[in-house]
Amino acid sequence: MSKRLLILAAGGTLGLMAVILVLLGNPANMGYCIACFLRDITGGLGFQRAVPVQYIRPEIIGLVLGAFFTSLATKEFRSVGGSSAFTRFILGFIAMIGMLVFLGCPVRAVLRLAGGDLNAGVGLIGLVAGVLIGVQFLKNGFTLGRAVPQQRGNGYLFTGLMVVLLILLLAQPAFIFFSEQGPGSMAAPIWIALGAGLIVGIMAQRSRLCMVGGIRDYIFFRDGHLLYGFVAIFIVALIGNLAVGAFKIGFEGQPVAHTDGLWNFLGMTLAGWAAVLLGGCPLRQLVAAGEGNTDCAVTIMGIMAGAAVAHNFGLAASPAGVPVAGQVAVILGMLAVAVIGILNRPAAVTGGASIGKGS
Amino acid sequence: MAREVDARGLLCPEPVLLTKRVMDTMDSGAIKVLVSHTAARENVSRLAENKGWRIEVTEQGEDILLLLQK
Repeated sequence: MSKRLLILAAGGTLGLMAVILVLLGNPANMGYCIACFLRDITGGLGFQRAVPVQYIRPEIIGLVLGAFFTSLATKEFRSVGGSSAFTRFILGFIAMIGMLVFLGCPVRAVLRLAGGDLNAGVGLIGLVAGVLIGVQFLKNGFTLGRAVPQQRGNGYLFTGLMVVLLILLLAQPAFIFFSEQGPGSMAAPIWIALGAGLIVGIMAQRSRLCMVGGIRDYIFFRDGHLLYGFVAIFIVALIGNLAVGAFKIGFEGQPVAHTDGLWNFLGMTLAGWAAVLLGGCPLRQLVAAGEGNTDCAVTIMGIMAGAAVAHNFGLAASPAGVPVAGQVAVILGMLAVAVIGILNRPAAVTGGASIGKGS
Repeated sequence: MAREVDARGLLCPEPVLLTKRVMDTMDSGAIKVLVSHTAARENVSRLAENKGWRIEVTEQGEDILLLLQK
């Protein structure tokens, strides 16, 4: 029962923080968005040159630090890696293309819906469709293989990178890009955003909160445990938005969103499909990277590379809609994920490679 | 004779899937599941509880051994 409370508390905390962060300056319906914030960081470092979306988001730094310190305190920190790292990079890359066509990760999809943005509902249905497809691959034996223990220092590197980002954010050297207008210029105060990130990182580490995992486990095992986190985010953010007057229901004129239903759906289908093969949504990948999983750290690098390509080559959507190049990229992404899914099925050949081996 | 599932180093949902595959072939008995992180331990435990199996957890160095019995 305490586990149930924990996942509800984690989701509720995230929902509440999201509303507060928007009140304090974050873009509307973007109190918390892993994809958008990683995209902003990619821009802040100059790897993507879309002028309105460049900032080093402290929420991400705080989230990873929170997960890192919690995993140290609970002795759950494990430096591991070696589970198809490059394939994970590619899957992260592709998932990001899908998320930037939708304009948000699974977390933001829920937050958008809680702000009355019905386009996000279409995206969430697409996400479920993507998870359904991914689950079929898992059922047929898809695996990226085992991670093995690594030297402990390897697991610290990703968190170290976050510390470097924090230093860059605070020192603001000339080579860092910060948007002067657009979503990238809208931000809650640094220390509050960092603190909110820390709290969500701690809660997410303890509860294993994962949006994609929630849908996946329900489809697979009729296990709704992680879905409670999902629901808690929605309810708390909905109440919060209603309380502060940030709720506006409809399809048109929603903040940092477009109304192209087909591509909202397909973008999230691609993201959900790739995320299931990766073992979790971007939030979970960040937390696991903080816990020492270097494969998940590589996945985040893939996501950031995806952000760079999506914005530098005009694949990402904007409130004006989804460019044709972005639509083509989503279709090509689906083909690539299908190929990766078919190639990585050694378990299908041996009827479950891991069963029956001695310990 | 306990059946064994080695799910070390696998991310979710694979540890749960592998365990479920073995569970589905038996009505009673014992299964030893070896996992390497707490998320997997919790997920496998939840599956076992839902299906009415008793769970014993022991640490094995860096890994976690779950003994499931019914």
